[in-house]
Amino acid sequence: MSLILFIEQALNGLQYGVMLFLMAAGLTLVFGVMGLINLAHGSLYMIGAFAAAAVAGATGSFLLALVASLVCAAFAGVLVEFFVIRRLYDRDHLDQVLATFALILIFSEGTRWIFGSFPLFLDKPDWLSGTVMLPFGIEYSLYRLWIILVGLLVAAGLFWMIGRTRIGIRIRAGENDREMIAALGVNISLLYTFVFALGAALAGLAGALIGAIQSVQVGMGEPVLILAFVVIVIGGIGSIKGALVGAILVGLTDTLGRSFLPSFFGLFLEPSSAMSIGASLSSMSIYLLMIGVLLFRPKGLFGGI
Amino acid sequence: MRKEFFLNAALLGVLLAFPLWAWSVDEPYLITLATRAIVFAIAGIGLNFALGFGGLVSLGHAAFFGLGGYVMGVLAFHAQTYTPVMGWPLVINGTKSMPTIWLIAIALSALLAVGIGALSLRTSGVYFIMITLAFAQMLYYFTISWPTYGGEDGLSIYVRNGFPGLNTMDPIQFFAICYAILLIVLAFVFAASRSPFGLALGASRQNEERIQAVGQVPFRLYLTAFAISGAITGLAGALFADLNRFISPTMFSWQTSGEIMIFVILGGVGRVFGPVAGAVLFILLEHTLGGLSEFWHIYLGAILLGVVLFARGGLYGMVAGREVAHD
Repeated sequence: MSLILFIEQALNGLQYGVMLFLMAAGLTLVFGVMGLINLAHGSLYMIGAFAAAAVAGATGSFLLALVASLVCAAFAGVLVEFFVIRRLYDRDHLDQVLATFALILIFSEGTRWIFGSFPLFLDKPDWLSGTVMLPFGIEYSLYRLWIILVGLLVAAGLFWMIGRTRIGIRIRAGENDREMIAALGVNISLLYTFVFALGAALAGLAGALIGAIQSVQVGMGEPVLILAFVVIVIGGIGSIKGALVGAILVGLTDTLGRSFLPSFFGLFLEPSSAMSIGASLSSMSIYLLMIGVLLFRPKGLFGGI
Repeated sequence: MRKEFFLNAALLGVLLAFPLWAWSVDEPYLITLATRAIVFAIAGIGLNFALGFGGLVSLGHAAFFGLGGYVMGVLAFHAQTYTPVMGWPLVINGTKSMPTIWLIAIALSALLAVGIGALSLRTSGVYFIMITLAFAQMLYYFTISWPTYGGEDGLSIYVRNGFPGLNTMDPIQFFAICYAILLIVLAFVFAASRSPFGLALGASRQNEERIQAVGQVPFRLYLTAFAISGAITGLAGALFADLNRFISPTMFSWQTSGEIMIFVILGGVGRVFGPVAGAVLFILLEHTLGGLSEFWHIYLGAILLGVVLFARGGLYGMVAGREVAHD
């Protein structure tokens, strides 16, 4: 295991983690503020990716595609919030799970109906393809590096918004006491719609950014959604900081486990069983991580609500 | 209560009469359809035991459904290839006998449920939903990356397992087996829900503090309910695998968990017969809507959304009123 390979994989893990954060941030905000568990968050991710692929295909501009992913996902979020989610805030979690599961069915089949079953492809723009040289002679994909930067910038912006702006104060207040801030004259239902749209836009952006690395297809959202759930369970539901720490933990564990567990088992097992045990274990590693965290902190690392 | 009783009787009657009619006009496909509904119903009854009676919202029951399926697949695969399941420390051979497979599926699923439950029940609410989901997901990825039994492609079992005295390859005979199991499971769940344990479980769902005050331990009640629930769903998984003569990681997928939950919700949460109605309704929808359009999941989603938003209590709630009879 060379150091360069390790750093490269760690960067991949960081990139993965940052993407998971974009998904998890919306989920955890929506849960923290509205008490809503939203399975359809993965569909918003898919909508972002499809919107980006369609716009990139029509105009050829990657930046326009990113804008389209943000706008379309946010718009879909507003629609869904207005027509469905709104009625679920004071229902129990079971109803929320069921209703948002129904939304997944509708979104997935609807997308298949419009775009067909074949995956679309979203190309990286020229100015982001190729590699860069990092210190210590590490050659790394420029696009992935750019994703890490964009993700960290968004995270910083989110922390600033939640911690330092008036809307952030309202969001945090809404988390603590919904009636009180309504009584103080804040339009709570508008605030909820805004939070939901914000989460949707972040998910859409994540979908578009990942869409350029993987293929854009129906059902791409659900595996990421479940990982995002793992992330916010590890981080503590409702905590943005927890989502960031959890996302990077999960990203690193998954990527490093996948690349190094098989060779680790290869040290003392025969190659074929080392491969299969390593592969099985690495696919389970993040869940094992989650179980480990929950054994010691049942409310997650930063959960206190 | 009376309406509910009639609905129960009608359901069981239709579920028996329909395949018999299909048999008389020689439509094996329709018999298989009814068998599918029954197997789904059993899976739903399992989930309902935790979800309806214990209030444990598990989005990971695919773990037990899949485990039951894989018990059948692994045992039959080894019997089919004449290899032992394991040679050390004790020799275990494969088997093609349904009753043995069922018992092992029930036992292992209960064991898995105790394990998952012991960890998951430390949490509650959303955490519980997500952790049960994560456990099922873990098994899903495990089976995908585990090459011995087909990995992602799944595994075919060429001949349906045997039951003493019956020809299980005949659809109507296999249907009879499943129907009998459904009746036994229903009777068991009905008795359990009225037993001291079932009453304590229901009380614990409604008010944990009071149940603690009379000296019961909610955790123990929940864990027992979760184990029973997992065992029943595991049995359904073994039957489902035998019905299709095929297993694949899809049985562990979270869509499976969602579908099992749909059976419970469509029918009515917390009613003994609810999942039966739900599964029958689901199969009916799948069959009729699936014939209308390739994209029938859109309609299924819309119907489900309508049920959750406007018809709380499912089919039983609409017919027999909102109150659950035994509360």
